[in-house]
Amino acid sequence: MVNPQMVMYEEEFNQIQTVVDRLVKEANARVVFIVDKNGQLIAAAGDVDNLDTTSLASLTAGNIAATGGIAKLLRENEFAAQFHEGEKANIHIQLVGNRVILVVIFDAKSSLGLVRLRVRKSTDELNRIFEALLSKVAAPGADSPFAEITDEDIDNLFND
Amino acid sequence: MSFINYMAREINCKIVYYGPGLCGKTTNLQYIYERTNPDAKGKMISLATETERTLFFDFLPLSLGEIRGFKTRFHLYTVPGQVFYDASRKLILKGVDGVIFCADSQIERLEANQESMDNLRTNLAEQGYSLEKIPFVIQYNKRDLPNAVDVQELRDLLNPMGVPDFEANARSGMGVFDTLKAVSKLVLTELKRGG
Repeated sequence: MVNPQMVMYEEEFNQIQTVVDRLVKEANARVVFIVDKNGQLIAAAGDVDNLDTTSLASLTAGNIAATGGIAKLLRENEFAAQFHEGEKANIHIQLVGNRVILVVIFDAKSSLGLVRLRVRKSTDELNRIFEALLSKVAAPGADSPFAEITDEDIDNLFND
Repeated sequence: MSFINYMAREINCKIVYYGPGLCGKTTNLQYIYERTNPDAKGKMISLATETERTLFFDFLPLSLGEIRGFKTRFHLYTVPGQVFYDASRKLILKGVDGVIFCADSQIERLEANQESMDNLRTNLAEQGYSLEKIPFVIQYNKRDLPNAVDVQELRDLLNPMGVPDFEANARSGMGVFDTLKAVSKLVLTELKRGG
């Protein structure tokens, strides 16, 4: 496969979760979440119970993919940030290290300026965490827990 | 590219339905959505035009159950089939783990099938994938229609590699789950190999 396998370990997950938990508070946001560019949700914080985060993750990734396509046509590398303004909710979307997407949903209790400021700080931190994670995954000898899956395991999944 | 989350103990995989316009990709997803237990599925999203032609993609998250303590989740996507949406098709193929080619069995659509298959090959190659290596199955849809050509003819045209293929009628559901199961198995087998 061309792309390295995306893997998440407990150590890095906890670091990432700490960053998003803090960002929710510092940016006065309703929700913060992180999605990989293929639309898989990595972490979320804030008022996520009433939110369809799976759909949001997939649509955000689609949005970033489409915007990236536009950027290419304009000979831009990427549009690293996007902002959508609604009547009650606003959404700020930031690419982190061209690999994952940081999404902040906020309302009138916060402001775009504050969100951008806090996002910038978190982006640097997240960048470091994801770089460390990627080098861990790429390291030789990184074990796959699925090497031991048997054909029977796979068949059992489909016996209903 | 699958995503293995040790923290949540989840494997996430992406499956894309490809094929010419109006071949029944969205209908496949709709059938799966209707027939899946509410606990095992998320919301189905369709980004479509006012005439219900897919504009960007349809999306359906599915849970298949556990394997060695890991929840397996599949994200199903369709591409827009119409020729001029090629830029969108390329985007949706990014990070794909398995492809289902949905062919339209009607004699009038033979050329459209061939064109879409060529397009799939080209777009995968652009991302460094090849049809020979990626988990790939073919579905011959609309078998119920009177103008459907012989399966063997479709097979000769579209399946020279002899990948798993299935006859289907997505509207009634015939063959829909067989196709999905086949590609899911191939994806998990690939994961086992450490792909």
